[in-house]
Amino acid sequence: MKKLEAVIQPFKLEEVKEALKGIGVDGMTVTEVRGHGRQKGHTEVYRGQEYKVDLLAKIKIEVVIPTERLEEVLDTLTKAARTGKIGDGKIFVYDVVDAIRIRNGDRGASAI
Amino acid sequence: MKKTAFAIPLALGSAAGLFAQTATPPSPTAALEASVKAAQSAGDNAWMLTSCALVLMMTGPGLALFYGGLVRKKNVLATMMQSFTLMALSTVIWAIVGYSLSFGEGSPFIGDLRYLMLAGVGADPMPDYAATIPHQTWMMFQLMFAIITPALITGAFAERMKFNAMVLFMTLWSLLVYFPMAHMVWGKGGLLNAFLGGSIPCFDFAGGTVVHITSGVSALVCAIYMGKRVGYGSEPMRPHSLVLSFIGACMLWVGWFGFNAGSALSAGSLASAAFVTTHFGAAAAALGWSLMEWLHSKATVLGAISGAVAGLVVITPASGFVTPGAALIMGFVGGIVCYFMVVKVKAMFGYDDSLDAFGVHGAGGTLGALLTGVFATRAVNSAIGEGKGGLIDGNGGQILNQAIGVAIAWGLAIVGTLVILKICDIVCGGVRVSTQEEIEGLDLSQHGEEGYSLEG
Repeated sequence: MKKLEAVIQPFKLEEVKEALKGIGVDGMTVTEVRGHGRQKGHTEVYRGQEYKVDLLAKIKIEVVIPTERLEEVLDTLTKAARTGKIGDGKIFVYDVVDAIRIRNGDRGASAI
Repeated sequence: MKKTAFAIPLALGSAAGLFAQTATPPSPTAALEASVKAAQSAGDNAWMLTSCALVLMMTGPGLALFYGGLVRKKNVLATMMQSFTLMALSTVIWAIVGYSLSFGEGSPFIGDLRYLMLAGVGADPMPDYAATIPHQTWMMFQLMFAIITPALITGAFAERMKFNAMVLFMTLWSLLVYFPMAHMVWGKGGLLNAFLGGSIPCFDFAGGTVVHITSGVSALVCAIYMGKRVGYGSEPMRPHSLVLSFIGACMLWVGWFGFNAGSALSAGSLASAAFVTTHFGAAAAALGWSLMEWLHSKATVLGAISGAVAGLVVITPASGFVTPGAALIMGFVGGIVCYFMVVKVKAMFGYDDSLDAFGVHGAGGTLGALLTGVFATRAVNSAIGEGKGGLIDGNGGQILNQAIGVAIAWGLAIVGTLVILKICDIVCGGVRVSTQEEIEGLDLSQHGEEGYSLEG
């Protein structure tokens, strides 16, 4: 099993969700996060006081999938999340040791 | 329709009056006059009680939301608590001694103790102040001003003052700064009272000197005395929720109708005049501030609402004395001047007036008080004597009277606040929280609560 952690532009969330659903990836965890890569931040001004905001709002999607589906899911996710501009985000792939469905104790790939 | 209904009983009244001369008393005329008077009194009282409630709403939740949104998340409750505490604290002080010191007829500088524990403040009107409403209503209306004025100061020392020191500070500040100033300007025989025998007639319809200069200047003194917040200038100190501030500012705008139009102390045309100028001043100032921002970069929400509040401050002393046109000018100029005070002057001198209590209330109040001397006119307010209006009535000397009022308010605020801070410093072992408490946030360190918690 693999876990994908994709940090994407917030406005791409719906598209990515739909695309993943389209290929049968139903389970996911989504969090609002802040961070930055190479993208520069922006400046906010409050009553003349300037604040440089370099941690930008992003969305993090976590999905766990069977290893054999990795390339397909990566491909779908990348396409859906891409605008071609800086700030599109990144995907990190991890090995998953095990998974447990809390309701009935299912283990491994059948639990995801 | 209304006019006819009103005219008939009057006509009947006069006919009855003629008849009454030959009949036995009690005369129906007197009864009718009494009922007309009672109707006017009821109308005035209805508006004044509404105004009382509106002005209280300015402090809570208006100012509490406005200020609460401007601080960081960890201080939101403590900031709101400061306003709320004053709703309770000022009220109790007012009942015991505050009303009497403000409105008892004493010396030109402070009232006497005739109304101690509100003795004699009942249903009968106090004709010198407000002839058609119960003395109690007038007392309550003035109380609401005594609540919001110290609450305005809390913006200057936001995010760093000890709660106990704040309570002591506000108690002493009410006694030493607010009550004397309210008495001088509005109390019978007060030094600056333009309508009740003051030797220097200073026009202040709803509190430019009494409310905004005293609070704004005291705020500046507090900000300088207490020093900057930990991390000021190096760490981001963004407002944590402009949504809260926006709601608060809109409530202030609405509440201000009670503040200014209520200061007519009746429900008649003077209240309408003040209502109009209040609204026009706020609108023009919101545009003025926004325009300045727009010329530099973007027109912000915080700028627009700050401008509106600045305009309300500027028009306050003038609201029942000037024309709607003058209100537009005063508001627009006020929006621009306060923008410069908050954005440029504060940065130039580097004091940490955290929520700009001085830049908006001190500067706006001063400007408004002076411009009242320019635009006040007998055409709007017939209580102004012939030739005793402002510059546009041909009485340039009124600007000097206004300036004296301004100078006294500034002086009293500076000296009073410095003395009080010193006392608080000694009694409370410092007025500031420890650095650790400040970093942790006042919500937790002063009150043991959090405004927003993760778990439901």
